[in-house]
Amino acid sequence: MPDLEDLYREIILDHYRNPRNRGELDTPPAVRAEGFNPLCGDEVIVYVRLANGVVDDIKFGGQGCSISQASSSMMSAIVKGRTTEELHRLNRAFKSMMSIEPDPDDPAPANGNGADIKLGDLEALKGVVKFPVRIKCATLSWHTLIQAVEEAQTTG
Amino acid sequence: MALDPGAIRADFPIMCRQVHGRPLVYLDSAATSHKPRPVIDAVTDYYERFNSNVHRGSYQLAVEATEALEQARAKVAQFIGASQDSEIVFAKNATEAINLVARTWGRANLGPGDPVVITELEHHANIVPWHMLAAEQGIDLRWIPIRSDGHLDLTDLDRLLDGARLLSVAAVSNVLGTINPIRQLADAAHDAGALMMVDASQYTPHLPTDVAEMGADFVAFTGHKMCGPTGIGVLWAKSELLEAMPPFLGGGEMILNVTKEGFSTAAVPWKFEAGTPPIAEAVGLGAAVDYLNGLGMEQVREHEVALTGYALRTLNQRYGDDITIHGPTEPAERGGVLSFEYKGIHPHDVAQVLDRSAVCVRAGHHCAKPLMRVLGCSATSRASMYVYNDESDVDALADALADADAFFIE
Ligand SMILES: Cc1ncc(COP(=O)(O)O)c(C=O)c1O
Repeated sequence: MPDLEDLYREIILDHYRNPRNRGELDTPPAVRAEGFNPLCGDEVIVYVRLANGVVDDIKFGGQGCSISQASSSMMSAIVKGRTTEELHRLNRAFKSMMSIEPDPDDPAPANGNGADIKLGDLEALKGVVKFPVRIKCATLSWHTLIQAVEEAQTTG
Repeated sequence: MALDPGAIRADFPIMCRQVHGRPLVYLDSAATSHKPRPVIDAVTDYYERFNSNVHRGSYQLAVEATEALEQARAKVAQFIGASQDSEIVFAKNATEAINLVARTWGRANLGPGDPVVITELEHHANIVPWHMLAAEQGIDLRWIPIRSDGHLDLTDLDRLLDGARLLSVAAVSNVLGTINPIRQLADAAHDAGALMMVDASQYTPHLPTDVAEMGADFVAFTGHKMCGPTGIGVLWAKSELLEAMPPFLGGGEMILNVTKEGFSTAAVPWKFEAGTPPIAEAVGLGAAVDYLNGLGMEQVREHEVALTGYALRTLNQRYGDDITIHGPTEPAERGGVLSFEYKGIHPHDVAQVLDRSAVCVRAGHHCAKPLMRVLGCSATSRASMYVYNDESDVDALADALADADAFFIE
């Protein structure tokens, strides 16, 4: 069995105990999206406010395990201030780290498969791959973020 | 005589397994039970010695297979106190059995505004079929609330049952362990002119079942939680009801005659068993019933009460306010299903840490999301016990829980 220490890295536990950007934003101007993990009942809510194609602010809420909460926190920290293009590339890089095949409908720009992208704290979630049932916990926040951004782009 | 879990364990081949180099501590029997050797053998024996399709064959093998299937039906009938074997309809699982009632009896008898009453502690299997009928036929779904002690709140029962056509309730909650007052509810339903359905999925494996004593009109349960194979469940219903209900799925086995113009249905119960039935699974379920009869269902329940008492005492003494165990506090009022929260650590994380010690518990909503909402959480950790568990399993759980602190408690 892989070590639990690979799963519960110190950085992950830090984001879990002290989540960054937990909260809500006014909608509008922000948009709100909800993501569910139907297997375990975890729930992530993402608020994003875009301005000129840049993530001007982001907050998240919901209930979930350490992995889903830490992943939400790390995600919010890394995408803040980024363009939506960068955000899509980060999403693709993160999913590929999670061993998830790129989605053919992924609106990510054709350039960049994500290999060159720095994931920062998110790298700590690499160990999750050794615990396949937990991959969905790690990716839920990203699915929800993409949902929110798509909604923001169609409404805004 | 009291059960001897040590000897019982020897009947279950899987109990020899090691997980992560440690002996298996299986505390997830509410999800599915393990299978004793006689059940595994019965299934193998069926395939090795008399596999053939049932009902239509005139050769010896087919006759034997048909006999084996019908014998299994008779064993199940006897096990739950059915007055006739033909009241036992084999389905895929409890979920299909409940859907069968919704799709046949429900479609034929319910219309817009007709009340169907369920409770807040139901499994999705006894919720979604009624939501579907609400969407399709406009039935009025009503909910009996639960109290904070895990029991049903029956204060408003008369009002909820007013005009109701059906009351459908789990006999034992798969999350809280609560044993519901089925007879009282059945009497109240009948007084109000409603029929009574019991989801006995968590009851029949653990307590002596007598459908007449329950006062029910329909009872559904599932084979794999009572030492039987997956792929087989049971609907029991009173003969008059089964006779009057339209068929469920259409196809082979369920017909008397088919012409270009139409069809007529076979007799009950085959009317509800379209297609080749789960023969090996039924034979396995028959063997499971024999096995449980051999242990004695009174003894099975006594063992559960004693072990549940031990588990409640052990966890509460050891962890005090750091652990919250949902549901009734009296072992006599509950089954051996313990949903708990430990130090605010998310159930996924608790289950992950316990897995390292080969302790198998389930974390999640347990297919009871409306109940989770009432409890004010999105998930719980759940340990559930059966005939092969003993105090050492509870101790292993209690020991392994403390390991979570290293990661999650600063
Ligand atoms: C109370 C209850 N009802 C229904 C079911 C559904 O059983 P199955 O999945 O075998 O149909 C379960 C088990 O998961 C249960 O615990």
